[in-house]
Order: sequence, then structure tokens, then C-alpha cells
Amino acid sequence: MDNNHKVIEVTDLTKKFGNFTAVSQITFDVNEGEIFGFLGANGAGKTTAMKMLTGLLSPTSGKAKVAGFDVYKQSEQIKKHIGYMSQKFSLYEDLTIVENISFYAGIYGLTDEQISEKTNFLLKKLDLEKSRNELIKSLPLGWKQKLAFSVAIIHDPGIVFLDEPTGGVDPITRRQFWNLIYEASENKKTIFVTTHYMDEAEYCDRISIMVDGKIEALDSPVNLKEKYYCKSINEVFIHLARKNKNQ
Amino acid sequence: MRTFANFILKEVYHITRDWRSLIVLICIPVIQLFLFGYAIRTELNEAEICIIDHSKDYITQEITNKLISSGYFKLNAYIENEKQIEHLFKNGSVKEVIIFEQHFAKKLEKEGKASIMLVADASNPNIATLVTSYTSSIIRTYQLELNAKAIKANTLIIPEVKMMYNPELKSVYMFVPGLIALILMLVSALMTSIAITREKEMGSMEVLLVSPLKPQMIIIGKVVPYVIISFFNSLTVLALSILIFKIPFEGSFLLFTFESVLFIITALALGILISTIANSQLAAMMMSLGGLLMPTVLLSGFIYPVENMPLPLRNTFATCYSYIGFFCFPRTVYNTTE
Amino acid sequence: MKVVEVRGLTKKYGKKTAISNLSFEVNEGELFGFIGPDGAGKTTLFRILTTLLLPNSGSAKILGKDVVKDYKYLRNHIGYMPGRFSLYMDLTVEENLRFFASIFNTTIEENYQLVKDIYSQIEPFKKRRAGQLSGGMKQKLALSCALIHKPRLLVLDEPTTGVDAVSRKEFWEMLKRLKEQGITIIVSTPYMDEAVLCDRIAFIQNGSILDINTPAGIISGYKKKLFSIETMRKYNVIKILETYEYKDSVFPFGDSIHYTDKRESINSEILIDYLHSTGINDCSVSEIESGIEDVFMSLIKEGTDGQ
Repeated sequence: MDNNHKVIEVTDLTKKFGNFTAVSQITFDVNEGEIFGFLGANGAGKTTAMKMLTGLLSPTSGKAKVAGFDVYKQSEQIKKHIGYMSQKFSLYEDLTIVENISFYAGIYGLTDEQISEKTNFLLKKLDLEKSRNELIKSLPLGWKQKLAFSVAIIHDPGIVFLDEPTGGVDPITRRQFWNLIYEASENKKTIFVTTHYMDEAEYCDRISIMVDGKIEALDSPVNLKEKYYCKSINEVFIHLARKNKNQ
Repeated sequence: MRTFANFILKEVYHITRDWRSLIVLICIPVIQLFLFGYAIRTELNEAEICIIDHSKDYITQEITNKLISSGYFKLNAYIENEKQIEHLFKNGSVKEVIIFEQHFAKKLEKEGKASIMLVADASNPNIATLVTSYTSSIIRTYQLELNAKAIKANTLIIPEVKMMYNPELKSVYMFVPGLIALILMLVSALMTSIAITREKEMGSMEVLLVSPLKPQMIIIGKVVPYVIISFFNSLTVLALSILIFKIPFEGSFLLFTFESVLFIITALALGILISTIANSQLAAMMMSLGGLLMPTVLLSGFIYPVENMPLPLRNTFATCYSYIGFFCFPRTVYNTTE
Repeated sequence: MKVVEVRGLTKKYGKKTAISNLSFEVNEGELFGFIGPDGAGKTTLFRILTTLLLPNSGSAKILGKDVVKDYKYLRNHIGYMPGRFSLYMDLTVEENLRFFASIFNTTIEENYQLVKDIYSQIEPFKKRRAGQLSGGMKQKLALSCALIHKPRLLVLDEPTTGVDAVSRKEFWEMLKRLKEQGITIIVSTPYMDEAVLCDRIAFIQNGSILDINTPAGIISGYKKKLFSIETMRKYNVIKILETYEYKDSVFPFGDSIHYTDKRESINSEILIDYLHSTGINDCSVSEIESGIEDVFMSLIKEGTDGQ
């Protein structure tokens, strides 16, 4: 892995809402092509941190660069260079597959030619050619998720943010989804992913574990397990989250 | 029974926790009471009239005094001839012109009868009917007094009513143009606010915001289809009103179009404003209905005349609900001449 | 005694069959898990069991009573915790619990013993509104509310979905203690790692039960040889094995890759040799015991391949 090329650089990033500090001085880097798992308990500040990195929320203090752009001043540029997919919403249920693809391709500024090319490519790759004009709501959840991911990277962004992309999906589809992530990572795309499935954390190149707004641990899954004498990331996670609670 | 009481208690908690809804619950009856008590009046209140007095004798003077002292009317001006009437009505403030024929008192004494002509602006049939019937009844009362004094028994003052612009007093003339505004308000404000809050509710707004689309583009993009639909709507209503309801359209089509677009944009802006506060489609709908549609119907003169509202209220609402202008507007464009 | 007896239960929404011909039994004092993805029919089944929905055909008996005829009796003896929105977010912790107690004609004090273990953890916050609690605390409160009327059967629909690993672990510890008190529990979850914590589990997919057994029984029913491959180049290895002519299945699995072969005679050496021949040298292969998730995946695969 090319360690010299950092696509996300975060230094002492902090966000306060009134008296409440949601994210407290987090510092980390993400390298190009890396799959970076961003873990944390509910309410640990993951969502807030992710919002700052995607240019939706302005930080209170600290520094952060995404794809080489500053989160304070260049959020417009950041938005052009990232892809985003969340579990809460992925695709418009009342539009067809093709309509959804061309909508997203359109808002990322692709030309008509590129759109039709990409559409055909995606449909073929996901084996959805027959159902191209079906409404999204008729698709099984797993397909939706896969399509949503493909759509999120339709404009060929350098970085993709995935917010709990595999919630409620069966184990096979979940793995097929991860194959898509691996493939994207092979193509030098950086993946920034949150998940509640701890076995998925093991698929990541490096993970960070957030507890109460701070990053408690950051390393590769193998190193983390060694460091905390745990058999799985699940144990590491529980160890860190509990330790903090008992303090 | 205790179970049931507890259930009620829980509901009370819900209501008290959400103080905003509670205020609405308590305020709505109060506001409605004041609206219907003060603002929405079906009787007349200082309607402006003009008088053409060709006779200028003591009887016409007495009748004029009676009319003005009744409190229902306010004298705008004495005018000299009938040609000015149209101009006055177009300006909009004068509702009725009263014309006394020549030698009014003399005729009454000699022939026992004289006639008064009441000319009303019937582009709003409600007001026109109200104004003329009030005037007629005041005149009738005066006639009875006159007879009681027995200067001459059985004198007769005959009010002749003339409705200008809408002689058959068709209410459809008034409702259809007003309906255009109502429909535009419904489609523009209600639909926009719901469409935007739906994206908020689904979570798709976040996905859009993360995209390079500028926020203003997202909003404008959401609104454009509704502008087109609204505009199409107003044209449909216009066409139907002319073809089926045979409502004369005498004004400038260009002006109508321009005013429609202006109104649509205002309504859309209100819809967007609502969508910034409302977090669910349901809330957006309640706000649009309560905050926009209800006042549109009640306070804009669509059903109840604006002229009857107390002046401060009239001014306030006229400012708040800029579309009141639009309600009067199509009516004037539709029937500027008889 | 059987607490739940279901025979040929079917529910259709229009043309769509949500659950088809389900049959199973749950014994008294058992912790019974339904494992399956979203849309498998878990919620529909649970709503029928809790007398909230009428089945199209088949029968379901709970505590010996029919869910259709004796719904009034059953509602007093079943505790139900639906996936979401089971709490009033604008009421305080205490008000929530008091309310749920009162609709079952009881009081917190009367059954305090039952919920003490769980409720005592959130009692310090009893004046706080439920909406301001953390995910784990909400879950504890919801469980307390489902328990307060001393149900004999507890039905929990995806209680741990979207909840972090720590809260999930605590939640399962609570369930275990409830079970010890003799309460029968039916629970559904999309998380495979929670399956081993149940006494018996049913795999459910597309409205049908693929298998019912104890976790150990399910694992022992898996006859294939399973290999775990550890490598730094996971994606490469997966891609290579995907196109291997003898491949049965290959999936990323935690920090390794799980692989099954079509040949009976397969062993680690054959696999290592093959991977070496494709240029993968930094890998280790070992035959391992299968886990619940391996079995479920192979069942799903059989189901979809058979179609």
C-alpha cells in the first residue's frame, strides 16, 4: 500500500453542540485505496465526524483535509470528489433502476453519453439488465444495496463514505457487497465505512474505534487483536467501550 | 377503569410535553373566535359610497344623512355625472353609487313617488347584494317615517338597483377566479412543502447534500416541476371558466399570466419556508393547511368580504397574505367592463 | 409443555406470500431464535403470534390457546417488544414503565421483582425522557416495559438491530437471566453471532424455515469440509477461487476466507498447491469446524441454486 499518499488527513478535529462535545480532537489519516473501518458505539460521535468529513457540517476546531481539500473552505470541491451511501436511504423506491442511475449520474455532472454508457455497464455487471425498467421497490434489499453502492461510485470518486451499508442484509449478500468494496479498493478507491457487524470490521485494512467522541484505538485488525490480547475485533470493541464506561 | 384513567393520563402527558402543539390547541379556538367575531363579518361596515345628487333638495339631503349616520356607509365623494362611475369602480374602493333623480322632493310631493338609482359593483356579488339591500332598507325606513309624519300619505320612494359588471349576480363569476388562487396555493405551497420534507424524512436529502449539487439548486430543482404544474393548472381553470362557465374574460391575458407567475413564486416560497421548519410530511401538511389555506379561504375575501374587517386587521393580513391582491386581481381582469 | 405450537401457518399480502406453511414448536423455558435477513417474514410471524395479525391459513397455539379465538386471554400473557417505536419518546422512563404496567392492570411495585434486574440499571435516570436515552438504555427500558405484566411468553422482534456490540452483549446477558426465571422467549435477529446464544434456532428466508435445531445440531448437520484461508491478499484469493472449477463456495469471513469444494477428496494441501500455482504464496490453509453462519449461508445457497 502506498503510505505516502494520504487522501484523508484529520488533526484535532472537534465539534461542539452548545456545551456538548460530540467529537473531541480526533486525529487520523487514511491512505489511498485503503478500506478504513470507522467503528463506535451508538452516540459515540461517528455520524457527526462523518458529516464533517463529507462537508455537511462545519467543525468547531481542528483541521481536516479530504481528497486534498479543506473541510472549512472547500466543501464544494470535497462533494465532487467523494461518493456517499447510507443505510437509511439508498435509492428512490418510486423510480426505476435506470431512472435512479441516471438521476445520480446527472447530479454528479456526467454527460448523457457517459450516463448511458455507465448505465449499461452497471446493469450488465450487476446482472440487472432484464429488470432495468422495474421500480426499485420491487428489488430485494440485497440488490438494492449493491446497486446503491455502484451508484454511489458512478462518478468515479476517489473516496467513498459508507454509513452502515449492510444493515439487515442476509450473510451471503453482505459478502457479495464486501466483494464490491474490495474491488473498488483494488481500483485505488478509498473506502471509509461504518458498521455494527464486527466481523466486517475484520475485512478492513485499518479500523478506528470511537468511544465518547474520542478515537480510542486505531490500527489494523490484526495489530489491535494482538495489542489487547483478544481473539476478535468484537472483543476488542467491547473491551474498549466497557473500559471507558467503568471509568 | 383505572387502566383507562391511566391511558388518559398518558395522553395528557403527551399533550403537555409538546408545548407547541398545546399552544396551537389552545389558541385556535381563541383565534377563530376573534376571526369570526371581529374580522369575518357578514354585515356592512363603512362601505364607501358616492352620491350623484341631481336634485339637491331637503329630502335627498335627509336620505344621505340617514345613510351616512347609519354607520354602514361612508361618503367617499359627491360626483357630478354617471360617466365617472366606471372609473370609481375600477379603482375598487367605492362599492356603490347612489343617484337621486332630478326634482326629487317636488316629484315626491306632487306625484307621491320618486326614484333612486343604486348602482353597485357586482364583480363581487356578495358585497353588491349586501350594499344594495342595506341601502334599500334604510330608504324604506325613511319612507315610513315620512308617511308617519303624514306630510303626504302613501309617498313612495322607489330604489332601482343596477348591478354593474355582473348583472345576473352569478356567484360563479366571483368564485372561479378566486378558485384559481386557491388551487395555485394548494399545489404550489402544499405540494412543495410536502415534497421537500419527504426527502428530509426519507434521508435522501442527506445524500443530495453530500453531492456537488448546490443546496439552492436542490431546492430550485424540487420546485420547478411544481411551478410548471401550477401554471398549467391556472391555464386549465382559466380555459374551463371561459368555455364552460362562460365567464367573460375582458382584461389583459399578459397581465394575468404575469400576475399568476408572481403569485405562484410567492406561494412556492411559502412552501419552502414551511419545509424548513417541518420535519415530517404530516407537519408540513398541517402547517400549509392551517397557515396558508385556511386564511386564504377565510381572510382573503374569497368567502367573506375583506372590507368588513377592522382596519388594523385588514392591514396586517393584507401584508401577511400578500396573495389577497391576487384574489381581487383576477376578478378585475376578468370583468373590467360590462 | 409446548408454549408455542404452529402448524402450516401462511400469511399473504395480496399476491405476495410473507410466510408460507410454517410449522414449529417452542418448549417452556426455551430461548428460541429466528435468524434471517430483513424481509424474511420474521415480523409477520411475530405479529401473528402476538395476535396482531390474522393468518390466511394454518393454526398457531400459544399456552394452549388459539391466537385467533383467544386473543384477549393471550394479550395478557404475552410480552411483545416490536423492533422500533415501542417507547413513548416524550414520556420519562418512569412514565413509560408506569403506563405499560397500567394498561395491563398492574403496577410497577407489584411486579418490581421481575424487572428489578434490568430496570435498576436505568432507574437513576427515571426522570429523563425516553428520547434522550442512549440506544442501550432505550433497549433496557423497552424490555422492562414488555416484562412488567409478568408475561409467560416474551416475543422480541429484532431487539438488537442497529445497536452497538456492547449493548447487544449486555442485552443477551439479560435475556439469559430472564430465561433462568422460567420465561419462554422468542427472539429474532439478523446477527448470526447471536444465534449460538439461543437454545434452538430457526433459519428463516423468504418466508420459509430452512432448518430448526439447536446451534450444535445445526453445526453438526453440516457435512461439507470447510477450509479457512488466511492471507494478506484477500481480494485476490477470493477472485482466484471464484473461478476455480471445483469451487463450491468462497466467502470472506472475518479475518480469513472460508472455502468449500465440490470434491470429497479435497484437503488443505491440494488447495495450497492450487493457490501456489496461481502465484499466491503468502497464505495458510486449514480445515476448520463450521460455524452457524457457514451453515446458514450454505442453506441460502442451496435454496437459491435449487430455484
